[in-house]
Amino acid sequence: MPSDMQVAAPEAPCPDADRLIAVQDLSVSFGAASVLSHVDLSVCEGEIVTLIGPNGAGKSTLVKAVAGLLAPTSGTVWRRPGLRLGYVPQRLSIDRVVPLTVRRFLTSAGSGLGKAAKTALAEVDATHLIEQSVHDLSGGEFQRVTLARALLRKPHLLLLDEPLQGVDLGGQLALYDLIGRLRRRHRMGVLLVSHDLHVVMGSTDRVLCINNHVCCSGAPESVQQHPEYVALFGPEAARRLAIYAHAHDHAHDLAGNVIDTPKDHHQNGHGHGS
Amino acid sequence: MMEEFFVRALIAGLGVALVAGPLGCFVVWRRMAYFGATLAHSALLGVALGFLLGINLTLGIAVSSIAIALLIAGLQRQRMISADTLLGIMAHGGLAIGLVALAFMSGVRVDLMAYLFGDVLAVTWRDILWIYVGGAAVMLTLAVIWRPMLAITLNEDLARAEGVRVEPHQIAFMLILAIVIALAMKVVGVLLIVSLLIIPAAAARPFSRTPEHMALLSAGAGAVSVVAGLFASLYWNTPAGPSVVVAACLLFALAFGAGARLDRRAA
Repeated sequence: MPSDMQVAAPEAPCPDADRLIAVQDLSVSFGAASVLSHVDLSVCEGEIVTLIGPNGAGKSTLVKAVAGLLAPTSGTVWRRPGLRLGYVPQRLSIDRVVPLTVRRFLTSAGSGLGKAAKTALAEVDATHLIEQSVHDLSGGEFQRVTLARALLRKPHLLLLDEPLQGVDLGGQLALYDLIGRLRRRHRMGVLLVSHDLHVVMGSTDRVLCINNHVCCSGAPESVQQHPEYVALFGPEAARRLAIYAHAHDHAHDLAGNVIDTPKDHHQNGHGHGS
Repeated sequence: MMEEFFVRALIAGLGVALVAGPLGCFVVWRRMAYFGATLAHSALLGVALGFLLGINLTLGIAVSSIAIALLIAGLQRQRMISADTLLGIMAHGGLAIGLVALAFMSGVRVDLMAYLFGDVLAVTWRDILWIYVGGAAVMLTLAVIWRPMLAITLNEDLARAEGVRVEPHQIAFMLILAIVIALAMKVVGVLLIVSLLIIPAAAARPFSRTPEHMALLSAGAGAVSVVAGLFASLYWNTPAGPSVVVAACLLFALAFGAGARLDRRAA
C-alpha cells in the first residue's frame, strides 16, 4: 500500500488556486473489465500534461472522464467552478452524407458563433479554409479546424485525444508548435493524449504514463528512467522516449514486445476507451 | 379548370413535402431510414386504434407512432438483439397486428389500399388543416432543435462535451418524425411514407454545401415531386401516391447523374 501511495501521489505542480482539474482515485470499469484504477491527475493553468501508454491503457477513458462524458465507477473528478473545456475527440471524422463547410462546422458548436469562428480559425492559421468543405481537407488541415472548434468557447483547458492522428510529419511539428503557442498566449492548460508511445511534445511539462493505473509521472526526462516505464515498455523504448522524435521508423525494434508494432497500434486503437 | 379534389390533393401534398424535406435530411444523415419505415408500418396499429376508440385517425396514428418510437428507444439499450432486427420485428409486427385488428372489427369497412398506399385525391379540407397545423408545429420544433441536433449528428461526444443534452433532443426528434408520418399517411400511405423523407433529401445532397442548403433543396425537390406526380397521375390515370414516389425517384436519378458529372469536373 505505501508503495502504491507513492506512485499515485500527484506532484503538486501549482498552488490550488491555479488548478483546473483534479482527478482523485478515479476508477472506471465497463462491466467486469477495469479500464482505469485509482488514477490521480491534476492539470494547472498554462501546463501541458501528456498521457502516454499502450493501446487499451485507458487514456481516452481518462480524457472522457475529465470531459464529463462518462461517470466514474469510483473516485472523483473535480473541475474548477466555471471551467470551460475545449475537447477534440479521438478520430473525429465527419460523415460525407452531411454537406458541411468549415464555417458551418464551427458554428454548429453553439449559437451566435459567427464571429468567434473567424477568430478561432485565425488562431490556428486556417482562415483561408473557412468556405471549404470539411470533406476536402487534408488530415493536418482538419485537425487545425477541430482545434479551432475547441477554441471557440475560449477554454481554460484543452483536452486533445490524439490530435496528431492522420497528420504527416511536418504537419505534426507545426501542430505541436501551434498548441504550445496557444498555451502561452491564453495560459490554457492542455491535457494531451500522445498518438505515439515514444513521442512527447517538446513543451510538455509533465508526462503521465498510464496502463490501467498511473505507472509513473514526472518531467519527460525523468519518466523515461523510471523503472515502471522501463518495465512496461522495455529498455529500448525507454531510451527512445523522444521529446518529439520520429519513433515510427524504428517500431520493428520492438518485435516481441508486449506493446506495440505500428500495425497493432492502429488496429487496436479502435476499441479502447469507447 | 382543375377540379377541387385535385387542388386539395396538391395543397395537402405540398404541405407534407415541405415538412418532410428538411426533416428527411436528418433521417438521411443519421441513417434512420429503417427507423422511419418501422414507425410508418406500425402506423396501421394506429389506424386500428383510431377505429377502436372512435378518435381521429391522424391522432390515433400519431399516438401509436410515438409509443412505438419510445418503445424502440427503450429496447435499443439491450444488446442481445441488434437494432435492425429489432426494427424489423416492430415494423412487420406492427403492420400485421394492425391488419389483424382491423379484420376483427366487424362493422368497420376499411379501404386498406388507402392506408397502405395513400388516397390523396380523397383528402378533405379538414385533413389539410391537420397537415398544416401539425406541419407548422413540426417545423417550429425542428427549428428549435436544429443546431443541437446537427452537433449531435456530427459527433455525439463532442456535442455532449459542449453541453448539448443529447437524449432529450433525440426524443424530440423521434416525436416530430412520428407526427410527420401520421400527417403523410393520407398522401402516400404507410408503405411509401419514408420515400418522401429520404428521396428528396438524397436528391438534394450532390448540390448542397451546408446542412441548411440541403434542407431547402430537399423541400423543393419534394414539392416538385408532388406536383409532377399528381399531374402525371391525372394525365395517365395512375395511382396518385405511387406516382409521386416515382416522380421523386426520377428526380433523384437525374440529380445523382448530374451530381456525379459535377464531381468529375471538379476532380
